[in-house]
Amino acid sequence: MRDEDVIELREPELSAAERLYLPQIWDGVKCTVRHMFSIKLRNETVRQYPEDSRDTRGEVRVANYRGVHRLNKDPDGRVACVACLMCATACPVNCIHIEAGESPWPDREKYPVKFDIDELRCIYCGMCEEACPVDAIELTPQHDLVGRTRDEMIFDKEKLLHIYEETKALKPRKNPAITGYG
Amino acid sequence: MWDPAVKRVESILRNWRVWLAVIVVLPVLAAVVLWLALPLYKDPAANILSNPIWFPIIVAVVMLLSILTSTAVCILAERKLAGFTQDRKGPNRVGFWGLLQPMADGMKFFFKEDIIPHNVDKPLFMLAPCITLTISLIGFAIIPWAGDVHFDWMAAGETVSTQVASLNIGILYILAVGSIGVYGIVLAGYASNNKYSFYGGIRAAAQMISYELPMGLALLCLLLVCGTLRLEEIVNQQAQTGVWYVFVHPLPFLLFLTSVFAEANRMPFDLCEAEQELVGGFHTEYSSMKFAMFFLGEYAHMITGSAIMIALFFGGWHCWGLTSVENTAWWAMLIKLGVYIAKIAIFIWFFMVIRWTIPRFRFDQLMRLCWLALVPVGIVLLIATGVLSAVMDLQDGWNWLASLAVNVVVLIIMLAYAARSKTSITGRQGNMPDVDVRPT
Repeated sequence: MRDEDVIELREPELSAAERLYLPQIWDGVKCTVRHMFSIKLRNETVRQYPEDSRDTRGEVRVANYRGVHRLNKDPDGRVACVACLMCATACPVNCIHIEAGESPWPDREKYPVKFDIDELRCIYCGMCEEACPVDAIELTPQHDLVGRTRDEMIFDKEKLLHIYEETKALKPRKNPAITGYG
Repeated sequence: MWDPAVKRVESILRNWRVWLAVIVVLPVLAAVVLWLALPLYKDPAANILSNPIWFPIIVAVVMLLSILTSTAVCILAERKLAGFTQDRKGPNRVGFWGLLQPMADGMKFFFKEDIIPHNVDKPLFMLAPCITLTISLIGFAIIPWAGDVHFDWMAAGETVSTQVASLNIGILYILAVGSIGVYGIVLAGYASNNKYSFYGGIRAAAQMISYELPMGLALLCLLLVCGTLRLEEIVNQQAQTGVWYVFVHPLPFLLFLTSVFAEANRMPFDLCEAEQELVGGFHTEYSSMKFAMFFLGEYAHMITGSAIMIALFFGGWHCWGLTSVENTAWWAMLIKLGVYIAKIAIFIWFFMVIRWTIPRFRFDQLMRLCWLALVPVGIVLLIATGVLSAVMDLQDGWNWLASLAVNVVVLIIMLAYAARSKTSITGRQGNMPDVDVRPT
């Protein structure tokens, strides 16, 4: 350690006014009252959440916001997922549970019979979206999910497909999937 | 999710027109009921409104209920003002402008689980919040809310006093009740069987003992001039001369104000609950309605404290050109009461401004502020006022200016002394070694 590395810290000397208390209290009261009666400051600072959220102001970046998941549908209206379990494997908190079954359609081998995501367990990291080879699972800009019980917060296949219907106007499906499945 | 009926009710309650209607209709309704009911009491024999025993009881019930209600409003006001000072909006969801928030808070407190921990001293644990609330409420018994009043059906010249108890030891009563106020807090700290709570209680007791002194000294300065212990006479004197005692004794008022802050455990002096150090202090173990009673007690203490301060230093119900001692009509009583309540509102606003301005003192700072600043100044002021009142009658004519001048001189000497001394009054810097911090 060199000498110039040494920093000497001294407690700042109090000015006469600071030692007296009363003038400083007066200054503080002035500041408090200024803020108390400034409606302008208040309105600039506060945003009322449900009425004036980032959604309504258009500040949410739809393309990469990581909100509730959805399961995409292909143009024929079938679930796009091929039940490859890549997302469930990639998931760091194991919140995705897939039960695969033999696909009734000729263009793919498997499809998800059950597809459950525990939204309370999920950390919204977006790894499932990265892992999906057919771009079937995606995160949407929807962030205000509520439920009364824990069971209600485990989203099943129907619910995830329903979220796709709800959000496809806001965030259309990505470019056609590379696998050509859907 | 919500029932449409619930949504409907909510939208009604959030409409300002509904609130305006309520504010207009309620007094009209009350006036109609009074107008219908008053003839029943015109018989002087059966009349409880002019009976010197029954009238104070009516005053007590009315004022008790209004104080308990206004504590709820105070809590809303506190939260609103806290929001405003921090450039927020405060609670604004329940009802129009958040006006139903106190109701929601109260309901929450009622429905919360009331937890009594295993190892507490159960009787004392239950007793402590009751004592806190009761003691902070009984202080208002001696407050002369609206002077004397003469009703139409009473004999000419006969009046009743709008005061619960006209004690001839009024100011001593204030001191007694003020110092017993800490009892509930100490009990809560002791009964909780928790070191932090106990420490909070101890702090409250030490603080109370210290701040009784400047309070007493300030009151003595006042007593030397007014020469009576009755609060209503002190108010009458101020109303008759038109000179509030705050102009005669500005510095004693400052001492008294500081002591009331300390006694109500308000912000710069709320060491006994200091959530950052003591996890909530004396009320750590309390939940549900017991906690709410501590809360109500604090606000009731604020209201009675400011009411007493107003009676002593700010002329009580007196306002120049609006009220006088001679005017004892019933409508004058209402005006006087309005003036008093307006003054209390201003004081409570001031309490809240101070709360959001000054950070909490450290415990040693608190003690130094009391013993090294307030008590010496109080003694000097007591001597000065004593000498002055021996030389002249301070109640007479413009003589009060002499007392004001003495106060100003003492203030200047005090400030000059403090400005010259190296340390602040609370003694932070005095013999502090130079700090040498080397990065390791």
